[in-house]
Amino acid sequence: MRLSLSSRASTISALLPALTVMLVVYIGATGWTVWMSLTNSRMLPNNNFVGLRQYELLLGNDRWITSVHNIVIYGVLLVSLALAIGFLLAVAIDQRVRAEDTIRSIYLYPYSMSFVVTGLVWQWLLNPTLGIQHVLRSWGFQNATFDWIVRPETAIYCLVIAGVWQASGLVMAIMLAGLRGIDEEIWKAARVDGLPKWRVYVSIVIPMMGASFATAAVLLSTAVVRLYDLSVAMTNGGPGIASEVPAKFVMDHLFERANIGLATAAATMMLATVIAVVAPYLYWRARKGEIR
Amino acid sequence: MQRANVDIKGLQIGFGGLKVLDNLSLRVAPSEFLVLLGPSGCGKSTLLNAIAGLIDVRGGEIHIGDRDVTFAEPKDRGIAMVFQSYALYPRMTVRNNMSFGLKVAGTPRDEIARRLNEAAQMLRLTELLDRRPSELSGGQRQRVAIGRALVRHAGVYLFDEPLSNLDAQLRAELRVEIKRLHARLGATMIYVTHDQIEALTLADRIAVMQGGVIQQLDTPKVIYRAPVNRFVASFVGSPAMNFIPGRIARDGNATFIAGESRFSLEGYAFRGAPSEAPAVLGIRPEHVEVTASDDPATVPARVEMVEPMGADSLIWCRLADGTAFSLRHDADAQAQGGDTLPVRFPAETLSLFDAKSGQRL
Amino acid sequence: MTALAEPLPAVRRRTRMTPARWGLYAFILITALYFLLPLYVMVVTSLKPMAEIRQGNLLALPMSPSIDAWIKAWTSACTGLTCGGIRVGFFNSLRILVPSVIISILVGSLTGYALSLWRIRGASILFGAMMVVAFIPYQLFIYPLVRVFAVTGLGQSLLTIVIIHTIFGLPTMTLLFRNYFASLPVELFKAARVDGAGFYQIYAYIMMPMATPMIVVAVILQTTGIWNDFILGLVFAGRDNLPMTVQLNNIVNSTQGERAYNVDMAATLLTALLPLVVYFGSGRWFVRGIAAGAVKG
Repeated sequence: MRLSLSSRASTISALLPALTVMLVVYIGATGWTVWMSLTNSRMLPNNNFVGLRQYELLLGNDRWITSVHNIVIYGVLLVSLALAIGFLLAVAIDQRVRAEDTIRSIYLYPYSMSFVVTGLVWQWLLNPTLGIQHVLRSWGFQNATFDWIVRPETAIYCLVIAGVWQASGLVMAIMLAGLRGIDEEIWKAARVDGLPKWRVYVSIVIPMMGASFATAAVLLSTAVVRLYDLSVAMTNGGPGIASEVPAKFVMDHLFERANIGLATAAATMMLATVIAVVAPYLYWRARKGEIR
Repeated sequence: MQRANVDIKGLQIGFGGLKVLDNLSLRVAPSEFLVLLGPSGCGKSTLLNAIAGLIDVRGGEIHIGDRDVTFAEPKDRGIAMVFQSYALYPRMTVRNNMSFGLKVAGTPRDEIARRLNEAAQMLRLTELLDRRPSELSGGQRQRVAIGRALVRHAGVYLFDEPLSNLDAQLRAELRVEIKRLHARLGATMIYVTHDQIEALTLADRIAVMQGGVIQQLDTPKVIYRAPVNRFVASFVGSPAMNFIPGRIARDGNATFIAGESRFSLEGYAFRGAPSEAPAVLGIRPEHVEVTASDDPATVPARVEMVEPMGADSLIWCRLADGTAFSLRHDADAQAQGGDTLPVRFPAETLSLFDAKSGQRL
Repeated sequence: MTALAEPLPAVRRRTRMTPARWGLYAFILITALYFLLPLYVMVVTSLKPMAEIRQGNLLALPMSPSIDAWIKAWTSACTGLTCGGIRVGFFNSLRILVPSVIISILVGSLTGYALSLWRIRGASILFGAMMVVAFIPYQLFIYPLVRVFAVTGLGQSLLTIVIIHTIFGLPTMTLLFRNYFASLPVELFKAARVDGAGFYQIYAYIMMPMATPMIVVAVILQTTGIWNDFILGLVFAGRDNLPMTVQLNNIVNSTQGERAYNVDMAATLLTALLPLVVYFGSGRWFVRGIAAGAVKG
């Protein structure tokens, strides 16, 4: 559409906020952060270039190693469990059950709550003295132990439990949309072919849902890298540093521990991870012509 | 391959308070090609889906091959089905699409291969076996869908408007293929369509449906020449039949009077005794004769417009009282708007309908 | 298939409630309980006096229910140094929410409109870039933004946090509106131009009135996202404007001595109340929001 001069000007004026944000915030701030990671700034930013020294320090930093270790565990478990459970929930609802709206509301409401709320309520549930462990014992299982949240080796799994509880509903919503998009006549053809229902799901439906799985996986993965609120609310990185996560590492070192160089190096590593996950996905979607 | 007959008795199908089919009965002979023809909403697809077992019935019985399958699952009925949207499994190759059902049923590998190759040859799919549906054209996809049905070696093959998603030329091509297939296999086929040309070319018998009721069940020839009511008459045949309102008079011989025009009805096969009543005269454009103007049986018709249609021309005329009708003529007809043509309606080609009920007289 | 020739008795009508169906409903019931459990525990704990909590069972119903914990949480719970209850946080969050939602939707819809209908060179590049950068974690931006706001004198304030929410809501809002406007028939737009309407006039009088479904979805997404935000409020809102989520975390996690679990749970519920009301009140609109590509912060 050919534009007159005035409407061209109007368009650009309307796009100014977006342009400013892109340049200043997204590109500018990111660039500045990456630059900071190459300096030895501590409490205040300076411009003393030190190459990759901060990154070397990171690799030797216990807290960082632990947080990377934790986020990998969290990420793998959360994505696989949420995808599986979310998919099963969607399949269940798709069976034309009664009270579908109510059931869907129940599955999805956790997603509407803040990570802080989620973290705090699960912290309470997993409380060794008064939480689930106590309940199990009061039911007669005298030696039941469920004190994962206070044990260093298992604290991170508690975050997984809370995260899965919150995210499964989201996956379910995405999967349900995908399931509902499958042509009714394919189901008929499968019935005429005599295929048992589970076989239809495994051999026909799941291969058709590639896009839904990909979308859900990418959304979950980006949420995994950003994990902060939940860990602060639920365990605050504890016990000790057992459930530290990268985002928290960055925040702590930016503000309380006053080590900007180290913090920005950690943030840059987070960025690199996100790029590694998201770039192939965006490339795949661009190739299929969905972007633009 | 077993060629099964289909016997439907008193079928009742409805959803909630709505009755779609009420007390419908139908018999299909083995090896017969039966077409269910009608406009959307007439119940033809519902009937087909019920035969397939994809819809529950409220009452009545369905027998396939002398077996009561009223409550059987589709896979136990000995049927195969071809869908309007092809319904191919998108992520499987053509080969797997056609063999998946057999594999799941536990058919031995060599038997699957044999049936697959047989069907692939019949439908010219042998070179496409390793492609995915997304790599095929519409016509190819539909042939794969037909192939998937064929390998089941069913007693009855069901077709649910299979050609409706194709363009006109492909439709004509595949129509011929389906007819050839039927001639070669001799299988029992039940075919749903709203396209009367498909019905006329493919069917051994046609069941014309409207409002959940079979209006007429006959061979294409009979349906074309002697439609049993006004609906069937108007639905079948293109260009459409002309309808001229008037009344029947019995002065001497039976005559049809439309305004000033009088048409002799001698030679018309009345169903019952002809009574003097308001009626509608139906005549197909190709049956209207243009004769010599001094023939006493002719009636003058004023030409309004000529539509050239390639091999023929369709000439639109009006009778003396203004009723419009069309007649078919050679392309080299010299008629023009304003001319008067002497036309004759041969009584043996006519269809008379009661003005109120629409039933054939 | 096989065995068509053998006469078999008619198969009995398949009843709806097969064993498989029972199993399905059992699965649904068990999973529903798993999802409802925390909510139940929250409510129940908040209604119990501390004595019952100490002695009793997490899952038990309160024997002598009381709303004391709720009153305490609302009016006198301690967040850090002050003990003014979580209502302070509630009103802070409200003051942050309303302007942020309004401004982020305005800017986002305008941007989406510009990108969808006026195909100037570089528009699709900008849009694509926005979609890409939406994935970058906040940690990359936080420090530079803190510096920028410090230098410009805005520091940590209400204005700051509203601007921040607008900035970070931009990609999602733009995506939402741009896709919606792009799905409208372009003839509408051409007719308006022939009528002589200009860029902003078309936006205000034609596009936005037609965009009601998207506005509803946008309000739901932004309300939920901004209300539930923790990290941005923590860094940018300033001590006088800390949102409810931050206050909540302070109440629960920074208590010395024995924790008042019932007050904690009451405060948690109060914080979750607004999003839950929005969620249960919005019905299918919430799901539409997810389908439109929502990413929660």
